[in-house]
Amino acid sequence: MSSPETSPYADTKATEHGETRKTEWPLWEVFIRGQHGLSHRHVGSLHAPDAEMAIKNARDVYTRRNEGVSIWVVEAVHIAASSPEEKGSLYEPSNDKVYRHPTFFDIPDEVGAM
Amino acid sequence: MYAQMIKSTGEGVKSLEDMDPDERAFQERINAGGKIEPKDWMPEGYRKNLIRQIGQHAHSEIVGQLPEGNWITRAPTLERKAILLAKVQDEAGHGLYLYCAAETLGVTRDDLTRDLLSGKMKYSSIFNYPTLTWADMGAVGWLVDGAAIMNQVPLQRTSYGPYARAMVRICKEESFHQRQGYDIMMKMANGTEAQRKMAQDALNRFWYPSLMMFGPSDKESVHSAQSMAWKIKMNTNDELRQKFVDQTAPQAEYLGLTIPDEHLRWNEETGHYDFSEPDWNEFFDVLRGNGPCNTERLEARNKAWDDGRWVREGLLAHAAKKRARKLAAE
Repeated sequence: MSSPETSPYADTKATEHGETRKTEWPLWEVFIRGQHGLSHRHVGSLHAPDAEMAIKNARDVYTRRNEGVSIWVVEAVHIAASSPEEKGSLYEPSNDKVYRHPTFFDIPDEVGAM
Repeated sequence: MYAQMIKSTGEGVKSLEDMDPDERAFQERINAGGKIEPKDWMPEGYRKNLIRQIGQHAHSEIVGQLPEGNWITRAPTLERKAILLAKVQDEAGHGLYLYCAAETLGVTRDDLTRDLLSGKMKYSSIFNYPTLTWADMGAVGWLVDGAAIMNQVPLQRTSYGPYARAMVRICKEESFHQRQGYDIMMKMANGTEAQRKMAQDALNRFWYPSLMMFGPSDKESVHSAQSMAWKIKMNTNDELRQKFVDQTAPQAEYLGLTIPDEHLRWNEETGHYDFSEPDWNEFFDVLRGNGPCNTERLEARNKAWDDGRWVREGLLAHAAKKRARKLAAE
């Protein structure tokens, strides 16, 4: 039972995701292609000593019920990601280009499906 | 639940007006049903609480393999053995999904493992009870996994994205666990007199420990109020316990087994079953480490960690060697 006074994580600083100590197996992010001609999709992560073992482990952890036909693994430290603070500068410019959406244009019904 | 007795900052829930702008934006996003993702700003209390809650949940899945693993070699048929093996493998998988969610909060897998092995972090009290007969495999699947489902289904809507997604995967698989347990109970309850007695005995021993899984009443607790405001806890312990009893009582009746509670009866007025509270002194005692199997469970986890050390180190050394060779060849 953890009491509020003795939080085990009181003094930990948030480590970067995927950073491990020398004695730990690296963290791999796992991407799986489902059965239906879809793209690979992120499903989670796992630890493994190398890529070959990461794929074997991913098979056991993430595809026990035929969830996939193809597995990608990539070491978590190699993933570059946009940060939430950039949300404005990255995505706002597209907000004022409503003409990129087909519904911007009124096409008369007589024209038929378009 | 699988993360029993998680307490938050203890300060009670702040009103939106009292929050600084970051915290207020965070809370408003949660109130609107939005998800928090790993790199988003979050209050330290939210992060620490989630690490403890998800960590304890993960530990419960891992330690939860032990009581059932106990019967893999002694399952009555090859089919039952294969089913139990698949179920226990799922529990390992559930532990891994959850560790992976906890790790997105800035804690490493080894930190969490170390705290389990030292006894600093807990796991659910239920896994400190022994599994004495084959009927216990039925009772565990039916009652323990049944109670777990009550807690985990609403957690699919929890505010922390990686936790919610882990729950979705877990819930998909958990239904198999409960049904295989009930299937064992049906077989035993309709079997010989000796089998029926064994099933009744398993229900007698697992009923109250299953009710304890939800934790003591928390309707007055400020810790729970904070966790509910953050949507890392979706229902009070009493709500979930009631729901569990309401669902389970008719299932016991169908089996022709008797729930060991003389006060259990349907209440027309409330539309729920009335039932007796479990012995909370026993619950706290088990959490303090004095349950029937606490020592055995932690010893088993420590032994697995120590015995596996040469494998962990050997594979790391092998991977380093292969990397070095590849570099030299380039």
